[in-house]
Amino acid sequence: MIRIRDEQDEQAFAEVFQYFAPRVKAFLMRSGTDAALAEECVQEVMTTVWQKSAMFDPARASVATWIFTIARNRKIDILRRQKRPEPEDIYWGPEEEPDQAESIGLQQESEKLGAAIAELPDKQRELIEKAYFGDLTHREIADMTGLPLGTIKSRIRLALDRLRHAMDRK
Amino acid sequence: MTPNIKHHLTEELLLGYSTGSLPEAVNIAVATHISMCDECRAAAEAYDSVGGAVLDQAETVSVSESCFASVMESIRTAPATDRRLARRPADPVLPAPLRDYVGGSLDKVNWRPAGMGVRQAILPTSGEATARLLYIPAGTAVPDHSHGGMELTLVLQGAFRDEDGHFGRGDIEVADSEVEHTPIADIGEDCICLAVTDAPLRFKGLLPRLAQPFLRI
Repeated sequence: MIRIRDEQDEQAFAEVFQYFAPRVKAFLMRSGTDAALAEECVQEVMTTVWQKSAMFDPARASVATWIFTIARNRKIDILRRQKRPEPEDIYWGPEEEPDQAESIGLQQESEKLGAAIAELPDKQRELIEKAYFGDLTHREIADMTGLPLGTIKSRIRLALDRLRHAMDRK
Repeated sequence: MTPNIKHHLTEELLLGYSTGSLPEAVNIAVATHISMCDECRAAAEAYDSVGGAVLDQAETVSVSESCFASVMESIRTAPATDRRLARRPADPVLPAPLRDYVGGSLDKVNWRPAGMGVRQAILPTSGEATARLLYIPAGTAVPDHSHGGMELTLVLQGAFRDEDGHFGRGDIEVADSEVEHTPIADIGEDCICLAVTDAPLRFKGLLPRLAQPFLRI
């Protein structure tokens, strides 16, 4: 993803596409999109991944997380015909190097989170999947407690803090 | 970022924002609070990480052979865009998500009188909930009301106090249908809030109730 962002590397993009396009398509279809529309949306999502690659920040999101947010926003747009208000961005200045240790740390936490979700009892894991695929009732949402978010929350918080300090210095 | 935020988003709102299951008007309140609150921003990004993990572990559905070629085609034919986003000027009162709906800063808000010196501006959203900006003159009480559903009140300027506590800039009050409250703006400064409701408010007094259909409160 970094090679796509910094060098517009088409080979690297092909690899990201090959891994994520079938996952994004499955995600959209489980949310209630038919195959043809899902395919069309996959194209739009992957085009956005390329066009917005400058905004990818490995200290704040894994590649999977970043692509998930793009696919989710596209889904809201097509299924509910609503725009998605996003928080005000906080920026790396153009010369500000994202912190290497932060991005490695986030990557490790993301892997741990993935493993923790994979190890959940089936019923709980299915609840989480349903929540993110968008077919969960209010009652089921109320039952969802104890997502394994602790470490990743503090990791992201740390990255945000560093970002604030970097911006204060300017 | 606004320091000293004491009243935050609920886990349910954070999860709903991340999964994309909230009405547009509620999303505006969540996005606006996150713009001012690092703690909730980190929590929201952590929920997005769960979405990333779910996507990563999801089953796959193969895409057509021509899909990649189509994507590369649209990338090549797209008008050249600046790959870095232009930095939008910060506004002391309205964070970016609200500026998008208002069409600019505070001077672009199309205020309408709502009685007793209170002014309001309904934001254009689709879906089942309503978002409005409220302008409450310093020291004014908003009529005692309860809710058919949920009400979110996010302070953008000044402060108010009600039965649940004191709310300053960045604080969000999440009230459900059980709560009856009378928010009173602090004396020091006129109070500007974003209020989001997913059902019409019910006022206790007769007069406000008669006025309700006209105010769209």
